[in-house]
Amino acid sequence: MSSTIVVAYDGSGSSERAMAFAVERAKAIGGSILIAHVLEWSPYSFLTAEELEERHIRRKEEMARAKQALVDPELAKIAAGGVPVSADIRYGHVAETLIKIAEEAGAIQVVIGRQGQGSFAARFFGSTAGTLVQTCPVPLTIVP
Amino acid sequence: MTFMQGIAMKDTLRKLPLPAALAAASATPALSQSLDETINNAFAASTGWFVNLIFAPIPGTAFPWIVAWLVVGAAVFSIYFGFVQFRVLGHSIGLVKGDYADPNDAGEVSHFQALATALSGTVGLGNIAGVAVAVGIGGPGATFWMILAGLLGMATKFTECTLAVKYRNEYEDGRVSGGPMYYMVKGFKVLGKPGGKPLAILFAVFTILGSLGGGNMFQANQAHAQLVNVFGDFPGVITGVVFAAIVFAVIVGGIKSIAQVTEKVVPFMGVLYVGTAIVILLLNIDMIGWAFGQIFAGAFTGLGVAGGMVGALIQGFKRAAFSNEAGVGSAAIAHSAVRTKEPITEGFVALLEPFIDTVVICTMTALVIVITGQLMVDPATGLYIVGESGAIQTVDGNTGVALTSAAFSQSIPFFRYILVVAVILFAFSTMISWSYYGLKAWTFLFGEGKTTELVFKVMFCFFVIVGAAASLGPVIDFSDAALFAMAVCNIIALYILMPIVKQEMNSYLGRLKSGEIRKFA
Repeated sequence: MSSTIVVAYDGSGSSERAMAFAVERAKAIGGSILIAHVLEWSPYSFLTAEELEERHIRRKEEMARAKQALVDPELAKIAAGGVPVSADIRYGHVAETLIKIAEEAGAIQVVIGRQGQGSFAARFFGSTAGTLVQTCPVPLTIVP
Repeated sequence: MTFMQGIAMKDTLRKLPLPAALAAASATPALSQSLDETINNAFAASTGWFVNLIFAPIPGTAFPWIVAWLVVGAAVFSIYFGFVQFRVLGHSIGLVKGDYADPNDAGEVSHFQALATALSGTVGLGNIAGVAVAVGIGGPGATFWMILAGLLGMATKFTECTLAVKYRNEYEDGRVSGGPMYYMVKGFKVLGKPGGKPLAILFAVFTILGSLGGGNMFQANQAHAQLVNVFGDFPGVITGVVFAAIVFAVIVGGIKSIAQVTEKVVPFMGVLYVGTAIVILLLNIDMIGWAFGQIFAGAFTGLGVAGGMVGALIQGFKRAAFSNEAGVGSAAIAHSAVRTKEPITEGFVALLEPFIDTVVICTMTALVIVITGQLMVDPATGLYIVGESGAIQTVDGNTGVALTSAAFSQSIPFFRYILVVAVILFAFSTMISWSYYGLKAWTFLFGEGKTTELVFKVMFCFFVIVGAAASLGPVIDFSDAALFAMAVCNIIALYILMPIVKQEMNSYLGRLKSGEIRKFA
């Protein structure tokens, strides 16, 4: 618990690399991995009446899909490698939610991959990595 | 907003024929015009009594009893709940901001989302065109009564939306269905009162008719009228088919992206509209004191408008009641999907709806019309000059949406084009919302299932074309009447069920005060 590394994991190539890096770290320090998967969600988005009705069921489906397709296989893989591992799937603003997960778990470090598009949009709206660099309360590693 | 447009339209059709209305009629091919006539006549003959009944004036006055029914209801709920709309306003805003939302419920429907969706079904043409009709006939004083009725209507909305959440159906698979028909059935049963089911069936029937009329045909008709107004005459069938195709793609084809785009653009248009109004008011800041003077003076003297003070009052009350739909029961259907353990919280949030719709947006329209000097005043007496039609004479002879358009364009010339986009989007989002309300009533009556739902959806799309292509006066009269009939059923139920809401309210406010209910950090 005292040496938990939170890894933002969404199944993308860069998040796989972040995971591989974090698993190495955890092995080296005898720590554990906390897989954090955040589903982007804003309570201020606009939905149609029909979407409102189906929101609860969609949420359940999305959670189940994230768990089965992404998180569970990764859990099994890391556990098989002998590293203690747990997972947390949540909805919310990605950077803010990752920080919340790290704080609640008392993590020593957060590891993320980066999208690396350096895009025009990121300049205006900010990127998850950029936000975390500025706001993460524990050491942050960004794996390219 | 929908029925108000109905009234607005009828007023204009009878008194001051809009070019748009004529265009809609003349654009229809001769063959279908005679078909229209046949339909009109048959329809008028069989439903006229119903329309007359709903819109009948209170004996000895010109005041439609249905408007009194809505306003008296709003006043009763305001008093019964100790003017809850003013006591909890700060808490309501906290709820919308998500201060009290459980983080574990992230990803579920938030208070903000339920409110935004309900608002997009309510804010619309009525706020733009209807207010112009009210101020055009009732003078600036109508604004005062409109605001008063809007403030009272907040209590009605509070009552119906709390009940809608409390007595919604939650299915095994996690879907929710709520609305007046559900609280009528379940709530009456809880209190051991008879008549819940028949009232619910009656309400559902009126909801279907209202959704096809005011929530559909009327929207298509007005959107086409506005297009003709700006771009010149063309057949309504074209507008109808295009609109119907888009509506079909959304509600039958399940192409959510269109609806999602609309849902995002509509709030933006609303903000743009209010923002523009504020800019115009700031440009004329030296006139604001005068404008409010006119509103207060007009409210109690009429300043020469037809019917004097009572004339101003009727117009203002009508506009508010027709614009924010408080008491009709429609918004209760949209609000019922929110994720909360406390039904009363959705009531607290829903009461913001008449405030935003009527007290803010409608008032902005009224202020801009007054402040830009669209209404002609007799310099000798300071009274408004009333034309033969009973409406106040305007600078360019504009009425309805054209009056709003002229008022805004005076300061910002290109605004009329923005207004066209706003009108079409508002009409479209209202149609989508009402297709859902209608569908909920339909499935309440006929059961859920792919085929039954498809029947309603296809029928809904068909009526979009009918609404845009023809000027079906009696049909629209009837659907307006059906919307108000919804309010008759709904407010009866609200009177019977209001002790339940009071219990919930007292319990919740007690726990809020004791600190048992707290903000999540």
